[in-house]
Amino acid sequence: MIPGIGTLTQDTLWCFSQVKGTIEIGTTEADIISTVEFNHTGELLATGDKGGRVVIFQREQESKNQVHRRGEYNVYSTFQSHEPEFDYLKSLEIEEKINKIRWLPQQNAAYFLLSTNDKTVKLWKVSERDKRPEGYNLKDEEGRLRDPATITTLRVPVLRPMDLMVEATPRRVFANAHTYHINSISVNSDYETYMSADDLRINLWNFEITNQSFNIVDIKPANMEELTEVITAAEFHPHHCNTFVYSSSKGTIRLCDMRASALCDRHTKFFEEPEDPSNRSFFSEIISSISDVKFSHSGRYIMTRDYLTVKVWDLNMENRPIETYQVHDYLRSKLCSLYENDCIFDKFECVWNGSDSVIMTGSYNNFFRMFDRNTKRDVTLEASRENSKPRAILKPRKVCVGGKRRKDEISVDSLDFSKKILHTAWHPSENIIAVAATNNLYIFQDKVN
Amino acid sequence: MSQKQEEENPAEETGEEKQDTQEKEGILPERAEEAKLKAKYPSLGQKPGGSDFLMKRLQKGYFDSGDYNMAKAKMKNKQLPSAGPDKNLVTGDHIPTPQDLPQRKSSLVTSKLAG
Repeated sequence: MIPGIGTLTQDTLWCFSQVKGTIEIGTTEADIISTVEFNHTGELLATGDKGGRVVIFQREQESKNQVHRRGEYNVYSTFQSHEPEFDYLKSLEIEEKINKIRWLPQQNAAYFLLSTNDKTVKLWKVSERDKRPEGYNLKDEEGRLRDPATITTLRVPVLRPMDLMVEATPRRVFANAHTYHINSISVNSDYETYMSADDLRINLWNFEITNQSFNIVDIKPANMEELTEVITAAEFHPHHCNTFVYSSSKGTIRLCDMRASALCDRHTKFFEEPEDPSNRSFFSEIISSISDVKFSHSGRYIMTRDYLTVKVWDLNMENRPIETYQVHDYLRSKLCSLYENDCIFDKFECVWNGSDSVIMTGSYNNFFRMFDRNTKRDVTLEASRENSKPRAILKPRKVCVGGKRRKDEISVDSLDFSKKILHTAWHPSENIIAVAATNNLYIFQDKVN
Repeated sequence: MSQKQEEENPAEETGEEKQDTQEKEGILPERAEEAKLKAKYPSLGQKPGGSDFLMKRLQKGYFDSGDYNMAKAKMKNKQLPSAGPDKNLVTGDHIPTPQDLPQRKSSLVTSKLAG
């Protein structure tokens, strides 16, 4: 039975749904997608790119006429979130690239999201306007001031319907709190606070206060020459507002409880898989660096991504992960060239599906991988324009390691390492996934019968 | 719950004929790759995860704004090979005129995802 394709109904068949972006020979750097995130209902899908822009897609209402096709995502709003800056004091360029977007849960008619570049976090409000006031006394319909002498009657302006307009406004700017590059932001379950993490420090913010933040983790050594590890990702627990985790470049995860002390330099739990010292090589530490950490929706597990594997950890067991999945182990014999072309430092993300039963992460050659935690089956799929007919079923891909390559397989040496899938997102409750392939955004859905 | 073992000993999975090669390369593919790297770059430090490597990661700075502008100009020259020879001479000996300067990157172009 080939994973991903089968005659039994329990196997998920993934189909192409949509692709956003242009087909270009030479990609403009600004168009490279740097983050993808569904909101809490899955109605909205946000992307951020290297040019500092945010594009939000909205799922259209399912029409009764087209039962066989689930709602498509169409552009809802787009805005310039961050602009390039230059720090003159330190002679440092501050990229406008959006590192992360995180949605706030919806509490009124407007949508709120946090977007961040290396240095500044912004809270954006996205709201709809479908009425406008008409019948002003002092202004005419074009907005020009009327001569007061010509006004002889008074009228009450009324609200009349207008074409839907979606506006994005920056409501808060949280700046100047990070010396190093921000790699993560995470909204707390209390909906009042959030954290931002850079290489050495984690800060806790209140959404209402922009000129202060609490420093809750600081791993900067007194002497920088003693620096051995950096923070690579951080996230709040989905339900316990006092708990968060952060991962390191040494492959460890620390869980902290903010009730224990104001400065959480001392962890409550420390997750590390023991390494056989005889297996150690020059590359060991680099490939063990964790590029992403995500709590499961249940809050019982955390998932980490390092260069070659995805691991699932039980919060109650610190000494080793409960599951390890090989993403692309065939790269182990390519580490030398991957170090030379810097690919070994690529930061892949990982995501859970809504029920925490399947996990997904990206790879090279526009491949991405899914692992079913229950059946232990895995599948490799490809995001490519060749498989982009509506509702076309994605065929599983296979990389061949040995000598004999079968017809449909691709050899390790033919993989395109410039086509990397670093960012993916899974709808919170349905089998809809968004996959960022450089400058294109693919949306796949499971087959609807 | 069976987990797939980390692929650290491929020697065990291949046929007996290949054993000779493995013994020459070393058991781990990682070690073979490490040997390759050391052969290419003999001066590479012993501790790649050590402070030098991390310090480089943390600081991508320039000496001053002049240094920054020079580096930017060099980068632009690399990225626009089709630009005329005049544009390559913006810094250094050539005195720049407004026509010579590389176009400022327009960051306010709408994303193509929204097109």
